[in-house]
Amino acid sequence: MAVSAKKLGLDELKDKAKAIRRHIIDITTEAASGHPSSSLSATEVVTALFFGGFMKLDPKNPTAKERDRFVLSKGHAVPVLYAAMAEAGFFSVKDIMSLRKLGSVYEGHPNMARLPGIEASTGSLGQGLSFGLGQALGVRMDKIDSHVYVMTGDGEMGEGQVWEAIAAAEKYKTSNLTLIIDQNGYQQTGSTKEVLDLTAFGPKVEAFGWHVQTINGNDMGEVVKALEAARKITDRPTCIVSQTKKGFGILPVLEKEKDLNYHGKPLSKKLAEEALALLS
Amino acid sequence: MAGAAAGGTTLGEKAGLKMGQATRDAFGDALRDLGDEFPEIVTVDGDVGNSTRTEVFAKKYPNRAVNVGIAESNMVSVAGGLASTGKTAVTASFACFLMNNAFDQIRMSVAFPKLNVKLVGSHAGISIGEDGPSQMGIEDVSLACSLPNVVVMVPSDAASTKAAVRAMIEHKGPTYLRLGRPKVPMIYGDSCKDFKIGKSITVRDGGDVTIIANGLMVSAALDAAKDLEDAGIQARVIDMHTVKPIDRDAIVKAAKETGAIVVAEEHLHHGGLGSVVAQVVSETHPVRMAYVDVGDCYAESGDPDGLLQKYGLTAENIVKAVKSLKK
Repeated sequence: MAVSAKKLGLDELKDKAKAIRRHIIDITTEAASGHPSSSLSATEVVTALFFGGFMKLDPKNPTAKERDRFVLSKGHAVPVLYAAMAEAGFFSVKDIMSLRKLGSVYEGHPNMARLPGIEASTGSLGQGLSFGLGQALGVRMDKIDSHVYVMTGDGEMGEGQVWEAIAAAEKYKTSNLTLIIDQNGYQQTGSTKEVLDLTAFGPKVEAFGWHVQTINGNDMGEVVKALEAARKITDRPTCIVSQTKKGFGILPVLEKEKDLNYHGKPLSKKLAEEALALLS
Repeated sequence: MAGAAAGGTTLGEKAGLKMGQATRDAFGDALRDLGDEFPEIVTVDGDVGNSTRTEVFAKKYPNRAVNVGIAESNMVSVAGGLASTGKTAVTASFACFLMNNAFDQIRMSVAFPKLNVKLVGSHAGISIGEDGPSQMGIEDVSLACSLPNVVVMVPSDAASTKAAVRAMIEHKGPTYLRLGRPKVPMIYGDSCKDFKIGKSITVRDGGDVTIIANGLMVSAALDAAKDLEDAGIQARVIDMHTVKPIDRDAIVKAAKETGAIVVAEEHLHHGGLGSVVAQVVSETHPVRMAYVDVGDCYAESGDPDGLLQKYGLTAENIVKAVKSLKK
């Protein structure tokens, strides 16, 4: 079977995002560890990539040459990726309930050596865009029509290597490379404004010669439109600054807990029930 | 002093070895010569291709060569990405900038995912000379050997380097190839047919002591063997061109048959060939050992021969080490 891109309508995409959010809560609460809030901020983008007509894939042949690739550079948000891949049929939702358990291939951060369909082993922040650039160059050398999407976190942009890759991608005009910065405003110890304020990503990346769009990344309509616009650019790499909220979809729970960062913490079984009620 | 005058060293003169190409030059030529046979080879440079000699390949195959500028971290991860699309990604810089600067990228983008990236570190050791210690890779073998899934090779001359380049391209998975800057004596003449990853080559037989060496210290070991012969000691010299996986059989055999082992390498004392050989010896057939290496210090600027003398990487020191064990 050849690769193909699944294309759902806007309402169906929103439903799919809800299902993915439920899986994120379920699997991290079951694991009693993980990064649900970092996964929830990125859910619209990941859902749109897998189900909005963008990524050509074959879940039964995850290494098909003509596939598009998604590199999750902010590897701690891997629950959103496992959930999307399960919904897409790479494996089952039941499978990913073993997240983070001994012997499970659904590790705490993506491991391409153990799980086919994972496009990069990440978790040491800053390397995914370089890796994706290598992939974009590789498929271009082979004249394969394949697009590489890389998602970084906004805190991750503090890693200098990301900017090395931004510069090199401009040199090679890899229009088959799209960087999505999941700007959820928080990193491990606080808000990005407090820790290291790099927030004006748009002008910075644009100054390197990229095509840049800044959007509300938790608005599915805006996400789909931005991804469509990025695909039309043929002379340079593209960036989407995706302004999101960490924990989007279950914000009332985080507000009640008085922790809008909620970094690296699973929900308790009780809070998970409240969260799932918001996502029904 | 013919060797030194030709831009190399005086190594190998006592053993009667002819001066040959630098291992980095042999690498560049060999890679270029494999370009048609292995169309998946690509190079990724951090703007020192004219030093590492990847430029020899890049000039012949410009569409298969990437130069990301002075950015080793990006360079290594780009190579990992290329490898994940089916390329054999050869990425090269000075040994210190590749191994030391981009170590985490090598860990995460190459070793951990077991990708087909060929790491090549030139300008290894102190024999680079005048540019000084900031440019000398003397920790690289230790760093490379610490990584699971990575093959580590330190060839001694041009012919074995060419054989090592073919072996690394044919090997599926990450490799590290260590190269030197100066011209070095020819151990194997025009070709090294016996080269096999993980299988050392006994370049001189002897039953009284074994000198295990790699890189340019193989020449020094052969010089030392000549001196030892004059003193009535027959030294076996093993070219341990692969440090990982190490040739355990050859080490155990040497320990059993010669009862004493000297390890000579152009690297820091800790974590290099000496440490690897000592682990095997202590696990299998403990015998006395001695080491000739850079020690636990950084070197300085100077001419290559002068540096090798001052920091003790000489045939004389190998002879002394042997005699200390034979007392």
